[in-house]
Amino acid sequence: MKFDNYMILDFPSRSSNEAFARSAVACFAAQMDPTLEELGDIRTAVSEAVTNCIVHAYPDQIGIITLRCRILKDNVLDIVIKDKGVGIPDVEQARRAAFTTGGAERSGMGFTIMESFMTSFDVTSAPGKGTSVHMRRKLQRRK
Amino acid sequence: MYFTSFLENGKLTIALTGEIDHHCAKAYIQIISSKIEAYMPDVCVLDFHDVTFVDSSGIVVVINALRNMSQIEGKLLLSGISPQPMRVFRASGIDKLVEIREAVS
Repeated sequence: MKFDNYMILDFPSRSSNEAFARSAVACFAAQMDPTLEELGDIRTAVSEAVTNCIVHAYPDQIGIITLRCRILKDNVLDIVIKDKGVGIPDVEQARRAAFTTGGAERSGMGFTIMESFMTSFDVTSAPGKGTSVHMRRKLQRRK
Repeated sequence: MYFTSFLENGKLTIALTGEIDHHCAKAYIQIISSKIEAYMPDVCVLDFHDVTFVDSSGIVVVINALRNMSQIEGKLLLSGISPQPMRVFRASGIDKLVEIREAVS
């Protein structure tokens, strides 16, 4: 009998936590017996979402990033990455490939990568209140 | 941060290591551009053999190297790319701008 499992992490928006966040999710997902490719996709998507919080949500301050992972039935990994930062005024525009407000150091590919690497992907945002990225990845059951 | 590099017949190979994310991308960009500026190679090879993770910040690292090389009318090559970085480069379309040699698995 397999029980549903979850974890919740709060950490400050320091860029050194990008590696921590993607590793933490990969460790949590390990119990689902993912393939290397699935694990790579999940780590990449988490890295993008957390980087967005650090660069865009809290541009001039250190704020709290909340990361929640759950294992749902049918081997689905459910991830929510939330901040209480500045928010995104136009989510549709932000989701467009190569759009960025981050200047020359950012590629504008973050949302595109999250979208194409995960089974489902959604962003909700309220200017001044924060942003929440919700993504799911269905993992293949290995025979 | 330190990367080994060697120059042979106008070809500069820079062996990158570690995980390329937003936290350290700036350092990669600075090291690569200072090496290109110092050696002015005809061809620059970024060797990803010991790079274990790349996110979209890695795309910016490659685009900057491409810009550095086109300023001196040289060519950029990427080599030894393992599957995770390759998926990121494909998703971004950068594989259409730069010649990429994947790692032999």
